[in-house]
Amino acid sequence: MLAWTIYLSFAGALACLLTPRTNPRATRAMAFSTALAGLVCGLMGAVEFKPENGLEVITNVRWIPALGIDFSLAADGISVTLVLLTGIAALAGVLFSWNIEHRTNEFFAFFFALIGGVYGVFLSLDLFLLFVFYEIAIVPKYFLIAIWGSTRRDYAAMKLALYSFIGSGMVLIGMLAAYAVSGLASFDLQTLAQHSFAPEFQRWAFPLVFVGFAILAGMWPFHTWAPTGHSAAPTAASMLLAGVVMKLGAYGCLRVAMTLFPEGLKMWQHELAALAVTGIVYGALVALVQKDFKFVIGYSSVSHMGFVLLGLVTLNEIGWSGAVLQMFSHGVIAGLLFGVVGRMVYDRAHTRELDALEGMGLARKMPFAAVTFVIAGFASMGMPGFSGFIAELQVLIGAWQAFPRLAIIAGVGIVIGVVYTLKTTAKVFFPDNAIAVESLDDHEHDHPLEPISVQERLGAALLILCTVLIGLHPRLLLDLIVPSFRSPLFDGLRKVAGL
Amino acid sequence: MNTADYLTLLSALAPEVIVVLTALLVLAVDLLGLQDTPRSYRMSIAAGLTTLGCAGAVGWMFMNPTVGNWHGGMLVIDPLNETVKAVILLLTVLTAMLSVDCKFTRHIGEYFALLLLATVGMMLLASTEELLMIFASLELVSLSLYILVAFDKSSRQSAEAAMKYFLFGGMSAAFLLFGFSLLYGLTGTTYVPRMAHKLFSLGPDPLATVALVMVVIGFGFKVAAVPFHLWAPDAYQGAPLPSAAFIASGSKVASFYVFAKVLLLGFSQLGWGDSNNAVSGWIPLLSVIAAISMVLGNLAAIRQTSVRRLLAYSAVAHAGYMLVGFLALGGDAFASMLFYVTTYALTTVGAFGVLGVVESQVGGDQLKDFAGLARRAPVLSACLMVFLLSLAGIPPLAGFFGKFYLFAAALTNDASSLPFLWLIVLGIAMSCVSLYYYLQVLKQVFVVEADANARPIAVPFLVHAVVVLLAAAVILLGCVPGWLLDTIHAAVTEQGW
Repeated sequence: MLAWTIYLSFAGALACLLTPRTNPRATRAMAFSTALAGLVCGLMGAVEFKPENGLEVITNVRWIPALGIDFSLAADGISVTLVLLTGIAALAGVLFSWNIEHRTNEFFAFFFALIGGVYGVFLSLDLFLLFVFYEIAIVPKYFLIAIWGSTRRDYAAMKLALYSFIGSGMVLIGMLAAYAVSGLASFDLQTLAQHSFAPEFQRWAFPLVFVGFAILAGMWPFHTWAPTGHSAAPTAASMLLAGVVMKLGAYGCLRVAMTLFPEGLKMWQHELAALAVTGIVYGALVALVQKDFKFVIGYSSVSHMGFVLLGLVTLNEIGWSGAVLQMFSHGVIAGLLFGVVGRMVYDRAHTRELDALEGMGLARKMPFAAVTFVIAGFASMGMPGFSGFIAELQVLIGAWQAFPRLAIIAGVGIVIGVVYTLKTTAKVFFPDNAIAVESLDDHEHDHPLEPISVQERLGAALLILCTVLIGLHPRLLLDLIVPSFRSPLFDGLRKVAGL
Repeated sequence: MNTADYLTLLSALAPEVIVVLTALLVLAVDLLGLQDTPRSYRMSIAAGLTTLGCAGAVGWMFMNPTVGNWHGGMLVIDPLNETVKAVILLLTVLTAMLSVDCKFTRHIGEYFALLLLATVGMMLLASTEELLMIFASLELVSLSLYILVAFDKSSRQSAEAAMKYFLFGGMSAAFLLFGFSLLYGLTGTTYVPRMAHKLFSLGPDPLATVALVMVVIGFGFKVAAVPFHLWAPDAYQGAPLPSAAFIASGSKVASFYVFAKVLLLGFSQLGWGDSNNAVSGWIPLLSVIAAISMVLGNLAAIRQTSVRRLLAYSAVAHAGYMLVGFLALGGDAFASMLFYVTTYALTTVGAFGVLGVVESQVGGDQLKDFAGLARRAPVLSACLMVFLLSLAGIPPLAGFFGKFYLFAAALTNDASSLPFLWLIVLGIAMSCVSLYYYLQVLKQVFVVEADANARPIAVPFLVHAVVVLLAAAVILLGCVPGWLLDTIHAAVTEQGW
């Protein structure tokens, strides 16, 4: 069932492309049903899935026998979690891009080509196949930003495409070297993970592959594509970039770099943790001083993804499960934040400057947006009751066991997160001088803002529901995630971690 | 070696004979019967005959699979050669189809006859392992191509390009011949596999190194590797479009194949050279050439505003990638290099097809002429996207798998020390650079809006068909590379390399 998410998305991309250019309604209907079908497939797959089995192989067909490449898809709890996230983000993305009128059919075609690639990465068991899906996702991102983007879209789109391509180039080098050195003539992840590579080889191959993937996860100092890319992208693309594309990188780190070269992780653990914590604090501090609403969210993404990377390198199970949960949680929350900023606010106010927004009295004109943003903000700060809390808590516990000092610094990062979130919320929606400004402004631009549409309400509700549900009942996902680390794929990693 | 009577030889050479006869037939029909008919009619007849002839040659090869070696390697026929010849014939047909709607000449019979003669040269080049024969067929190819480049008599650029191509080509032929003569002097034979034995028994010899360098220079020119690439941008830009496409595709396939044969078979013992006697092998030499080709080609392509020149520099870069494949040695080298060059040739012909439409309908090959093409010719634009992304090496297109296989083969050559890792790293880094300039073209096509008064472009049916077919082939070869790969693999295995 899970594999259908991939095929349906690519078919949906084609179908959207073929709908007439002059009939955006048909395209939207097609896009909505594709996203919904993907999510339903993901949900059904998740229900059928038995976490205790570890890695369940879905498809395994010989593809290119000459090089030992198979078309093999498999899922464990981590894949299922991220497939669900992708489904949710795709559906919310379609709902939040209901107002795209310009080249609608092409927009959704690129959108679903990206989604299909993402589903593919999360479900691939063959390294070559994973890489193919990973690169398929690059091109649609470029066009989504370059055609439908806003601020400095050319620059941002090219930067994102080149960063992704460089990252995947590093992965490609590591993967070819692993293939050549292992001499197994196979790209099967399980086979490769069971081969123990020489420590000298892991010493350089691990950081190469890990950083290659982590570029897309927004690891400091390779994060600079993220804020520019997020802000230039159209709303749905920002939601996907922050929501799922950054997770591709983190997933690659976990699934490929860490399982193939566990000893390499041990060697570089502290350096990588330091980079992750730098990302957490740096992202939060920079978010504090941004003037552009979307840049605030963009840098906050860098900060939150730092927790994912920190959790991954802790080398203990609670850190790992926290990292995976944080991937899900951040995907949902970032989607919500970008939805509010990009769609609800920017598309109506036509500005993202915090100073300009301050004078608009948005809380009164758009109460729904204000409430949504407050909820999203609380979730993002890590308030108990939302998914971010339990995820970041787990990561911190894991980090405390591995590197206590860094864990404290990461904790400081959370506090800064509270500061910039509250500051931004207050400034945009509840400025001190709101009443005075409103009475002034009412004469100048009196036109009411377009009301929040049903689709936006639905999308926001979906995302809020997810973060609250996981916040209140994290075992829904944790029961999927935790057993995954016991599958043979993680044997080498567990041995190095001493578990 | 076995001698053969003329009849056997004729049947072995039948595909070449068919193509030669077609060339003569095209010439005769056009000159004798069609001078007063409209040009589109003449073009169609000539292209149709060319297609029939090539199809006949391919058909003959598949109906009568022959294996043999006549007159000391003068003529060698085996499954691998036949595969290469089939690819060359296919590229000829595609070029002929792209020519139909071009308006650069009134000498239609001569044009197609020359195209076919170049094809014959390439076929012979693919089916010989003898230095003299290699040289003779290379000259047949080159002379035909010089004229094909100069074929647009009304264009100064065309004449200039041909002159440059001719001067560089003549010089490189001299180098090649000098290298061959040294080899003959050293070994007393012109049969490549025997030459390898002799070179081995001679032991390290500085003269062999000189010969090697001469040979690499000679072929380096044909495949447009740096620093012998200077003719390529001008020839690509000045030549009539189908000629340029043919130089970029068919000529590449044949030259790379024979280059690989001479180096990998003839100098098989001289790979790493012998540092004690100051004798160098071809592996260090070729690594350096490959590296600078990849770097220079890709960096120079960034600066181009003419898409033809951009494709020319990207061809230089791709020549660098293909030379990396040589380092895999043995059967893997042939298989990976042939897969790459075949898919590359198909992709390039497709890109030239789109370029031709833009040139004739919009009026130029500058980047800005592509602005808003997506709105004016959506199908063509989608195909162009496929071609360029394949050249950049984005999966699931053929170009990606070609690169992947090439790099994998070169790396697995010596897995314990990974001697070519630096080259692979460089290659992958440079393909990131290449994505940048390919995306610049695609940005014009898809992102930039067309003028308000731009009308949809009328695409000639035949070009449309060719381009769409090629795009489909590029996607299919990327998704199911097994088709071509298994054929090549089986053929290579049969050689026992």
